Amino acid sequence: MTESVAIAERLSASSKQCLGVRGLSKYFGDFAANRDVTLSVDAGEIHALLGENGAGKSTLVKMIYGILKPDTGSMELLAKPYSPDSPSDAKHSGVGMVFQHFAVFDALTVLENIALGLEGRFPDEILAAEIAEVCDRYRLHVELNRRVHDLGAGERQRVEIIRVLMQDPRLLILDEPTSVLTPQETEQLFTTLDRLSDEGRSIIYISHKLDEVRALCDRATLMRAGQVVDVVDPRQESTRSLGEKMIGERLTETKRSKVSSAEKKKARLTVRVGDVYPESTRNVVLNDVYLSVAPGSILGISGVSGNGQDTLFDLLSGELILPNPDSIVLDGEPIAHLGVEKRRFLGLLGAPENRLGHAAIPELTLWENVILTARHTRGILKNDHLISGTSAKAFADEVIKTFDVRTPSLNAKASSLSGGNLQKFLIGRELLGQPKVFVVSNPTWGVDAKAQLFIHQMLMKMADEGASVILISQDIDELLSVTDRICAICHGRLSRTFPTDEMTPEHLGALMLGQEIDS
Amino acid sequence: MDYGLLSSIIHAILVASTPLVFAGLGALIQERAGVLNLGIEGLMIVGALAGFATALAGYPLLMSVLAAALAGALLASIFAVLVLRLYANPVATGLALTLFGLGLAALAGSQYVGQAAPQVDTWAIPVLHHLPVIGHALFSHDPLVYLSILMAFVIWWFLKKSRAGLILRAVGENHTSAHALGFSVRGIRFLAITSGGALAAIGGSYLTLVQTPLFVEGMTAGRGWIALALVVFASWRPFRVIAGAYLFGSVTILQLHSQAFGISIPAQWLSMLPYIVTIVALVLISARGEKGLAAPGSLGKIFRVSR
Repeated sequence: MTESVAIAERLSASSKQCLGVRGLSKYFGDFAANRDVTLSVDAGEIHALLGENGAGKSTLVKMIYGILKPDTGSMELLAKPYSPDSPSDAKHSGVGMVFQHFAVFDALTVLENIALGLEGRFPDEILAAEIAEVCDRYRLHVELNRRVHDLGAGERQRVEIIRVLMQDPRLLILDEPTSVLTPQETEQLFTTLDRLSDEGRSIIYISHKLDEVRALCDRATLMRAGQVVDVVDPRQESTRSLGEKMIGERLTETKRSKVSSAEKKKARLTVRVGDVYPESTRNVVLNDVYLSVAPGSILGISGVSGNGQDTLFDLLSGELILPNPDSIVLDGEPIAHLGVEKRRFLGLLGAPENRLGHAAIPELTLWENVILTARHTRGILKNDHLISGTSAKAFADEVIKTFDVRTPSLNAKASSLSGGNLQKFLIGRELLGQPKVFVVSNPTWGVDAKAQLFIHQMLMKMADEGASVILISQDIDELLSVTDRICAICHGRLSRTFPTDEMTPEHLGALMLGQEIDS
Repeated sequence: MDYGLLSSIIHAILVASTPLVFAGLGALIQERAGVLNLGIEGLMIVGALAGFATALAGYPLLMSVLAAALAGALLASIFAVLVLRLYANPVATGLALTLFGLGLAALAGSQYVGQAAPQVDTWAIPVLHHLPVIGHALFSHDPLVYLSILMAFVIWWFLKKSRAGLILRAVGENHTSAHALGFSVRGIRFLAITSGGALAAIGGSYLTLVQTPLFVEGMTAGRGWIALALVVFASWRPFRVIAGAYLFGSVTILQLHSQAFGISIPAQWLSMLPYIVTIVALVLISARGEKGLAAPGSLGKIFRVSR
C-alpha cells in the first residue's frame, strides 16, 4: 500500500484536472461524428463515456489517442496543451488505450506482445521481472511464455492492460472492456481499475452496460449524435434514468401480446431427428433434437454459448443438410435434405449470429448485401440471372427507411455500420421478404439499448404478421420478454419446451445448466 | 561408392542451391513483414545481369555482388511504392515485376550474351578443406556460398533476437494492431521489401558470377518461383529455407547424375519434384493445424491508414 501512496503522491503533484477537451469537432464529409464536444476528466477519476452506437464515443477517444485528428477544438493534458499526431505521441504524453478489438499478435508470446508496446524494450528476463511486479501490484495474472493464440478473451485483455500499464500512463482509455468478459473476469478488472484510480490515474471508461457504469464510475458524460448532452453522477441515477438520458426518450417496455390458442395448435415447422453431426469438428454434436413452432409464435432457445447453438442454427437454416427429408417438416413438406437456397424459396429465412462475414459481407455495400438473400423478391433478379441494381437499391432504401437504419447512404459498406444498425438492416432485409419461419441467433449481441428494443419489436411484428420465429439467444431477459415458448440447450441437448408465462429466470438458468434434460 | 564422385556431387549441390538460399531468404524477410512479393524471379534476373555486367567491367566480386544488390533494391522499391503507397494489388504487381524484370534484363543484357565472366576464386577454409570427402564438398567454395549460410544465421538472429525483428514479425502478423501500437507499417515493409529484393538479386547474380559465368535471357528458369514455394515449405523459418534449398538443389543435381547412372526417370518428373514436395508439405502443415507453422497473419493483405 505504501507503494501505492507514493505513486499517488507523484501523480497528484500536477493540477486536479487530468484531461480537458474543449469544442472538439470531427467531420467525415458532411457527417458530424463529433460536434463541439467538451469533456473534463479529473485526476484519479473513473469517467464513463456513455452513448448509443454511433453517438461519437469512439471518434472522441480516437482523437484523444491520436488516431484521428480533430477538425476544430483543443485539448489539454495535465495543464499543458495537448494535440497528439499519432498514438505513439499520445503514449509519450501519458495516455494509454485498451482497445475493444485487442491489438495483440496471435503468433507471438505474451512477453513479446508486451515488449512490442514498450519503446526500446526486448522480451528478456529483465522485462519479465518488471512485468511480474506490475502484475502483482494490480493483481493481474497471465503466463508470459504462452502464445496469445491459446489465450481466452479475458487473458488477452489482461495482456493489453499490462502493456498499457507498463508505460505508467496518467490517463487510461478502455473501450467497452467488459463486452467479452465473464462476470468473474469483470470483477477482477474492476478491482484493477479501482486500484489504478486510487493511485491517481484517470480512466475513461466506454460502455453500454449501465449497471457497470453505476457501480464503477465517478462521473458520466452522455453523448448523443456526436454531441455531449449531459454530465451526470451515475451513482445518483437509476439504470433506467441513465438509459433514458442516453437515448433522449422514454424507453417503452415491450411485452408480448397473446396469440390466439387456436393458431398455436398446428405446428408450422417441426424438427425431429436423432444425432446431428456438424461439419466443423469445433461445433457441438446435437442429440435427439425435437422442436416445433406454430405460426405467429416465437420460440426461444436459451443456452450458454458453445452448447450446440451453432449446429442448431445450421440445421435449421439449411447450412447443414440431413439425408432423411422427413427430419424437418415445413407446412407438411419435408425439407431436411434441402439447402439454404431452396429453404429460402419455401419461406424459411435466417439471420446468423456473426453479422459481419456470415450474415453480411463486410466489404460489400448495403444494397449489394440485399442481393445476397433477397434476390428472389421485388424483381431484383431478372430472368433468374441478371441483377437489377435499381430494384436492389430500392429494396435497400426501403429497409433503411422502414427500420430506421442510421447510415450515410445505401452505398455504405456493411462493415461501416455499427452493430445495432447493421442488425436492424439485416433483420429488416428478411422481414420485408415476409418469411414463414425466421431463425435468428443472438440478434442483440453488442447492440445498444435502443436498437435492442427496436429489434425486439421487429421480431414481434414479424410474429404478429403470422411468421414463426425461432430466437436463439444467451440473453435471459430478452428471451423472457419476447418469446411465447421457451426451451434451453445444453451440451447439444434440448430441454422440454415451456410456455414463457410459466418460466422464471431461475428455472431457465437451471435449464441452461442442463438440469431436467434427460440423457 | 566412389568417394570422389560423392564429394563432387555434394559440392555441386551446394553450388546449385545457393541461389535458392539467397532468393528464399529474400522472399522470407518480406513475407515475415506481411508482403507477398511474386516478383522474386524478376529481381533475380536483374541481379544476375547487374552482377555480370559489373564483373565484365573488371570490378572485383564484392563490387559485382553489391551492384546486384543495389539493382535488386531499386527494382524492389518500385514494387514497394506501388503496393505500399498506391495500394496496388500485390499479386498483380508482383507478377508484373517478374515480367518487367525478365524483359528489362533481356533488353539490357543482349549486348552481354556470349561473353564470359572472370572465374571467381575459391575460399578454401584452412585445415577443414583438407578433410577427406567433406573437405572438398563443404569447405572449398566461393565466398558467396558461405555468405548465404551466414545470411540465414543473421536473419534468424534478427527475427528472433532483435527488437527490430520482433517489430517486423508483429507487422507481418497483424498490421492493424502494429499500427495501433504506433509502428510505421509502411516504413518497416519498405525496408523489408528493399532488403529482400537485394537478397533475391544476389541470388540471381550467383548464377552469372559463379554457376555458369554467362548471361542468357531468362536464365533464372523459374528459380524465383521455387524460392517462393521454398518459403512456404520452410514454414517461414530461415534454417528450414537452407534445408529446403539444399533438398531442391539435390533434386536438380540428381536429375543430371541420374542419366549418368542410367536411371531413366524423365527429367520432367524431377523438375516437378520441388513443387510436388511443396504441395505435400503444405497439406501436411494444414492437416497438423499447428498455429506456429502458419503463414504470417497479414501476408498479402493491403494496409491502409484510416485517418
